[in-house]
Amino acid sequence: MNKVVKNATEAIQGVENNMTFMLGGFGLSGIPENAIAALVQSNITGLTCISNNAGVDDFGLGLLLQKKQIKKMISSYVGENAIFEQQMLSGELEVELTPQGTLAEKCRAAGAGIPAFYTPAGYGTEVAEGKEIKEFNGKPHILEYAFEADFAFVKAWKGDRLGNLIFKGTARNFNPLMAMAGKITVAEVEELVEPGELDPNFIHTPGVFVQRIFQGVNYEKRIENRTTRARENS
Amino acid sequence: MLDKNGIAKRIAQELQDGWYVNLGIGIPTLIANYIPQDISVEFQSENGILGMGPFPFEGEEDPDMINAGKQTITAMPGASIFDSATSFAMIRGRHVNLTVLGAMEVAQNGDIANWKIPGKMVKGMGGAMDLVASAENIIVAMMHTNRKGASKILKQCSLPLTGVGCVTKVVTNMAVLEVKDGAFHLLERAPGVSVEEIQAATEGDVVVSGEVGEMKF
Repeated sequence: MNKVVKNATEAIQGVENNMTFMLGGFGLSGIPENAIAALVQSNITGLTCISNNAGVDDFGLGLLLQKKQIKKMISSYVGENAIFEQQMLSGELEVELTPQGTLAEKCRAAGAGIPAFYTPAGYGTEVAEGKEIKEFNGKPHILEYAFEADFAFVKAWKGDRLGNLIFKGTARNFNPLMAMAGKITVAEVEELVEPGELDPNFIHTPGVFVQRIFQGVNYEKRIENRTTRARENS
Repeated sequence: MLDKNGIAKRIAQELQDGWYVNLGIGIPTLIANYIPQDISVEFQSENGILGMGPFPFEGEEDPDMINAGKQTITAMPGASIFDSATSFAMIRGRHVNLTVLGAMEVAQNGDIANWKIPGKMVKGMGGAMDLVASAENIIVAMMHTNRKGASKILKQCSLPLTGVGCVTKVVTNMAVLEVKDGAFHLLERAPGVSVEEIQAATEGDVVVSGEVGEMKF
């Protein structure tokens, strides 16, 4: 079994206009930088992108937005990207703002064969409009449906030829959930290793969920808000 | 009147030993700087870390270690990392003892609005709706009035809601208020601020029972 492809260009084979993609990451942490670059290069358009954030103006998903390749975004927070906010307010970009926990669970449910679930998040707000409500233990909950995605692009720290993945730090976030959910899951890793090198006890995403894996290159791993504390003088 | 740090300092007094606490972006994150010496709490960050530590020293920033506000952080000994579904399971499943978040408006029935100004600012709700829908203990950290001097403590929210009937305590630069039985009950005044000033700055109904003491620092 060998799911390795050469690079991002090979990895995105089969992407077409108007598809729905999931893209991992929280802010710029854990975003599939190589896949995004390849998608920008491919010039496909009309995309629906499911991703917690929209990158910043000149990095991450912001690159796809700059070239107007995205028709619809499904996210929980888009505050860091001015282009996004502008395209949204002007009506150029369709946006479905979804509570972060609901977004996460819609990805997980998709991969887990759970077609829909109830959550209290968003009850009494715009998010609940048009949705079924049911009470559990006297508390109203909204019916939310699992996502469907043609491709899921995820970024991991280490992965092996079989598609097993390990993530590092808070770069994990949505990646394991989206990895489960994509019809085709493409994983890019900082370190591609041989089966047996990753301890089975510490694998975060079992390879069964991953269809293609490649060794990523030139990771910028940009920091959005570099915050530090002063060293105490000894 | 307090400044943002003063509000954070006052809310830090609410922390109890052994609590798991989620701090929203903005004023709430400052609370981490004022934890009382004799207690220990664990900070949960919605993007997948429990046991969030202080900002790193210069030169040690790690792009794979950030908080909900996308700031670089460190991890305390005993911290754990997990994915976003697990993170919100902690939140929605009521395992977090205290949630502190900011707001644009809070109403006397406990409604909160903090994610959208239609036509002007639509950054998104992030994890706020999950947090307010599930948390048993929510404290809102906010300025009492907006930059134009208009009250943010209202009879009814005018902005799109984040949650309904969920806020129980508000700490502002002027006061500590309890939200109960459809009104704001004045618990404490900020140093040097009078009851009259607080009433004048509050559009919602304020209940004042007897003598109202000043916040103690």
